[in-house]
Amino acid sequence: MNKIIEKEYFSKNVIKLVIEAPEIAHSRKPGHFVIIRVDNKGERIPLTIADADEAKGTITLVIQRVGVTSSKLTDLKAGDTILDVAGPMGQSTHLEKVGTVLCAGGGVGVAPLMPIVKGLKEAGNRVITILAARSKDLIILEDQIKEYSDELIVMTDDGSYGKKGLVTHGMEEVIQREKVNMSVVIGPAIMMKFASLTTKKYNIPTVASLNTIMVDGTGMCGACRVTVGGKTKFVCIDGPEFDAHQVDFDQMLQRLGAYKDQEMKAYEEYLKMHA
Amino acid sequence: MDDIKEYLKAERSKEWRTELRKSKKAKERTSLERALMPEADPNKRNKNIEEVNKGLLTEVALVEASRCLDCPNPTCITGCPVGINIPKFIKKIETEDFLGAAKVLKETNTLPAVCGRVCPQEKQCEANCFYTVSLKKTPVAIGHLERFAADFERNSGKMSVPEVMESDGIKVAVIGSGPAGLACAGDLAKFGHEVTVFEALHEIGGVLKYGIPEFRLPNEIVDVEIDNLKKMGITFKTNFIIGKTVSIDDLREQGFQAFFVGSGAGLPNFMNIPGENYNNIFSSNEYLTRVNLMNAAKSDYDTPVFSGNNVAVIGGGNTAMDSVRTAKRLGAERAMIIYRRSREEMPARVEEVKHAIEEGIEFMNLHNPVEYFANKDGRVNKMRVQKMELGEPDASGRRRPIPIEGSEFDIDVDTVIVSVGVSPNPLIPSALPDLKVTSWHTIEVNPENMQSSIPDIFAGGDIVRGGATVILAMGDGRKAAEGMHKYVTEKVKAN
Repeated sequence: MNKIIEKEYFSKNVIKLVIEAPEIAHSRKPGHFVIIRVDNKGERIPLTIADADEAKGTITLVIQRVGVTSSKLTDLKAGDTILDVAGPMGQSTHLEKVGTVLCAGGGVGVAPLMPIVKGLKEAGNRVITILAARSKDLIILEDQIKEYSDELIVMTDDGSYGKKGLVTHGMEEVIQREKVNMSVVIGPAIMMKFASLTTKKYNIPTVASLNTIMVDGTGMCGACRVTVGGKTKFVCIDGPEFDAHQVDFDQMLQRLGAYKDQEMKAYEEYLKMHA
Repeated sequence: MDDIKEYLKAERSKEWRTELRKSKKAKERTSLERALMPEADPNKRNKNIEEVNKGLLTEVALVEASRCLDCPNPTCITGCPVGINIPKFIKKIETEDFLGAAKVLKETNTLPAVCGRVCPQEKQCEANCFYTVSLKKTPVAIGHLERFAADFERNSGKMSVPEVMESDGIKVAVIGSGPAGLACAGDLAKFGHEVTVFEALHEIGGVLKYGIPEFRLPNEIVDVEIDNLKKMGITFKTNFIIGKTVSIDDLREQGFQAFFVGSGAGLPNFMNIPGENYNNIFSSNEYLTRVNLMNAAKSDYDTPVFSGNNVAVIGGGNTAMDSVRTAKRLGAERAMIIYRRSREEMPARVEEVKHAIEEGIEFMNLHNPVEYFANKDGRVNKMRVQKMELGEPDASGRRRPIPIEGSEFDIDVDTVIVSVGVSPNPLIPSALPDLKVTSWHTIEVNPENMQSSIPDIFAGGDIVRGGATVILAMGDGRKAAEGMHKYVTEKVKAN
């Protein structure tokens, strides 16, 4: 049982939860994720840790309401509990000084990007971060990211905030302008695919953090498998971060849709019950 | 070893045993037919999750127990990985002291109701029974009787909690709550140590919960056995991943003196053939975990599972049988086993194969998948299989399957479950760089006491064996508990 200490709305459908989890807060590093199960009928889903406070014994998760489990989670209030929180899982981010790093976060992907931006900055890199979303209300963590970035660029598809355009346009601009030694891209699979294609053109080593379907998160089920460099890898134990240029994003997109029909039906029923 | 022989001899010479042996002539005993396990109707059971084996009736168990000759040299015991005093528990049944029989079982077996159901007795105790070896008759139904005694005790509400020695305050940790860990924890508690079991998942029981289906081993039975361990003073911590949530060093700092690693063979193998990552192709671990641990087939649970009409399960082990029989129960019209060798080489238990056939499972032996095809959504819709023939025996002693060139053909499938073995879970070994592992990534241990290359770390079960049975894991757990007991006692003395 893990108590929710704090709940904050980033927007109507994107919320931040600060959860009591002292051991995880102590052990986690940037890039790690947790597996949560909301209640005893719930499913197990992976969520990347956005932040942690070791002194307070808490971790921070950012959740976007997209289906049944994320709705159950976002409907919880401060003081409520989450039945199971297990972690930290996965390999942590490899953080070292490489020079200039271009970070790109799409939508709620900015949350897992946050500790990486901080870690890269603290390792002595020049960090340029692009936050991208469909519209202004989906831009999150702007102030926190700004604190650890040498430059922050905000982009929205509809131009409602920052520059108008896709994340890839912003990336191109930076790459044309100055030498970029490395790139980190986190967001929806489709965004990571195109961001990765962009950096590939310029041979910039790029890391992507994959958020696939998982059950146990400990290497047991293989639901999270992806093809990286022609080989099958498990995101839960080999990842979640991989060389983005080697990831078969098309296969990953296909696998993310494995339960699309069931998920949609379950969500419709959930909405009906909670209307 | 001699001590055990002497002990067994002394037990056998007790008056009640001697009297009982005399009460019936050996010929009378051997003329009886082996009891048959009552089973649920195959055409009904393949649509629900009720347990297939119904258990022996009391009067049947009594007759079966009287078949046992109470041999002077009980070879059956040598076939038991945990060394149950088999004749003694059976003779207890014959005298209608069923609770006494259960108590005998629990002297050496932490989970008798589980073992009575899932042990391959036909390869162990029953293979070494005097009936099998010397009389060339069907052996005493030791497994059925074990289950009978354990079930009787559970249903009586008079579960005996094994005696534990007075607590010595020595903290020991068990990592993983599967059969190896539970057996180890039980024995460590008996020695009077303060035992904490750490489990990565949200449920205690490991493969007994996520792997073996309800129709073969109801979860309720596992829970009762776990409750019993709790009564012995064992602490369980779920959602706790050693090497991730806390490190072994953290636990050492907290005062833990020795560790048992029973983290299992959690990593499913795939065949690395084209198309294997299409949707609706699962590992058996994933498929069974969704259904057994997450209750995916029940509509009020959130976890989804894809239950197809044409399901192919690749492999011939018990896990493959569990998967294919589960698929049938979830409504598959056609549920088939695709296995590259023949029936003879199949590692699955005879009983599992028999049950599967009765339930309408198709067997395509001597076939092997070579490629999968998918529809435009990336869902598998066809598989190409190749015919195989058997050549010379390989390292495993089984005849090697050889592909027949040009024999490929396609089968329509909408779900594929890959059940071609598992590899050791890498979480613990990767968190301990000094730990010696084999080229198969299993942990290297001294077979005498299950101690690893790091003196305070012991290991057993599939993380050492790479994929074996519940009972072998339990045997390892018991052996390790003894090794750990010796280790911590000496360590504490030295300080």
